[in-house]
Amino acid sequence: MRYAMAIDTRKCVGCSDCVVACQLENDVPIGYCRDWITETVDGSYPNVEIELRSERCNHCDNSPCVRCCPTGASHFEEGGIVVVTKNECIGCAACIQSCPYDARYSHPDGYVDKCTFCLHRVKEGLKPACVSVCPTKCLYFGDLDDSNSEITNILKNRKFKTLAPEAGTKPQIYYLT
Amino acid sequence: MKEELFASGRQIPDIDPYLNVWHWQIPLYLFLGGLAAGILFFAALFTILGKENEMPAAVKKAPVIAPIALVLGLFALFLDLKHKLFFWQLYTTFRITSPMSWGAWVLMAITPLSIIWVASYLKEIIPGWKWKFSILDDFEAFVIKNRIGLAWIIIVLSVILGIYTGILLSAFNARPLWNTSILGPLFLVSGLSTGAATILMMSKSATERRTMSRIDLLLIVIEVFFIVHMIMGFQAASQVQIDAAQLFLGGQFTVTFWVFVIFLGLVIPAAMEVLELFDFHIPVVIPVILVLLGGLMFRFIMVEAGQITRYLY
Ligand code: SF4
Ligand code: SF4
Repeated sequence: MRYAMAIDTRKCVGCSDCVVACQLENDVPIGYCRDWITETVDGSYPNVEIELRSERCNHCDNSPCVRCCPTGASHFEEGGIVVVTKNECIGCAACIQSCPYDARYSHPDGYVDKCTFCLHRVKEGLKPACVSVCPTKCLYFGDLDDSNSEITNILKNRKFKTLAPEAGTKPQIYYLT
Repeated sequence: MKEELFASGRQIPDIDPYLNVWHWQIPLYLFLGGLAAGILFFAALFTILGKENEMPAAVKKAPVIAPIALVLGLFALFLDLKHKLFFWQLYTTFRITSPMSWGAWVLMAITPLSIIWVASYLKEIIPGWKWKFSILDDFEAFVIKNRIGLAWIIIVLSVILGIYTGILLSAFNARPLWNTSILGPLFLVSGLSTGAATILMMSKSATERRTMSRIDLLLIVIEVFFIVHMIMGFQAASQVQIDAAQLFLGGQFTVTFWVFVIFLGLVIPAAMEVLELFDFHIPVVIPVILVLLGGLMFRFIMVEAGQITRYLY
């Protein structure tokens, strides 16, 4: 099993519903977020291109954050989801330094926190909170090892990219372009 | 032109607009670790070479600093942790891929050994020192008998400790300024140099001073060579590393780097040590203080600047 997410940059309108849904679902403290919207502007008027992206932890296949964790608090769960165990984390921030995407933050309670692909929901057969609220339905979540899953089909038929592939972490969020 | 803005107004403390999660504690920890590694390396080296009596400051006196530096360093590391009550989790497991884990265990091993080393010389440093319990006398006799063995263990651990202070940073692929394997040897040499300088300051014998001053000079030359090597390596690498080197070559950290690290921390003390070779006498504390401050500054700048560098997408 290999969980992944595909995000359609052509449908995203940057409404931030995914950000708010995540904050509510996961009790993210005020002023922090596990997912966020990035707007990239390319060119200058009148030839401008804008790309909107909902970003979060890429649940990398080759994840430096898991490798550098001295206690094993950062670890893989089923389907390659990268999760931090609160009570094993010492808050050394090594994993924050190791992430090319700045996807982790230090929770005010001390431990390090980040997107979990809503593992607690996935285990119950639900979709992550961000995916289920997106009003334009531009987020797709599923199993890449299952050749019939929606996400596998979308990646077969659409062009996509990953962010900073040159960092070599094998990110598992695919941006449809 | 490519511009990126956070539409959701992401402003996470210590992460946005640029990463700054490691403050003064980590560079101080790296400096103290390197200093202790340097001092212990020379203490063990001269013991193995059978030069205890020619090099009394290196073997007997300076090592007193090592456990103090190590404990302060560990304390600085502890201050940096944000989930402090779970500190002990570091010692419930060993993670071979995590430099942080290596460091924690090496410190755990070398700190008590350095204390034992110092204790075994207490009678020589403080005349009239007596242990309260006879079991300690027996233990001391045992240590003195096996000093060479202890020296071998300490020399290996001190090299690992010195290199580790660099690897802790260089293992982070996500921070292009740190991601160079030369950082391990570079921090090791810098640590040895600060150790040699400390011994130089504590030494009262002219021959010992001459030896340590020459060793320090050699170490400074190697350090300069490694720094040049590091910058050339960046220039030959990918765009993110070229940008990282730019921080020192015209960017934000240019002045602090060239003035404090290169000029005051390396060139001036080296020049003074060369003058000393030709019998111009300069108070030894000046080059020593400069080497120590230069080493400290270097670590501060590397930690600070490295966190700014990142992959762009
Ligand atoms: S995006 Fe960052 S935090 Fe997430 S798995 Fe990759 S390296 Fe780790
Ligand atoms: S901050 Fe926590 S999760 Fe991150 S590397 Fe340190 S112990 Fe592991």
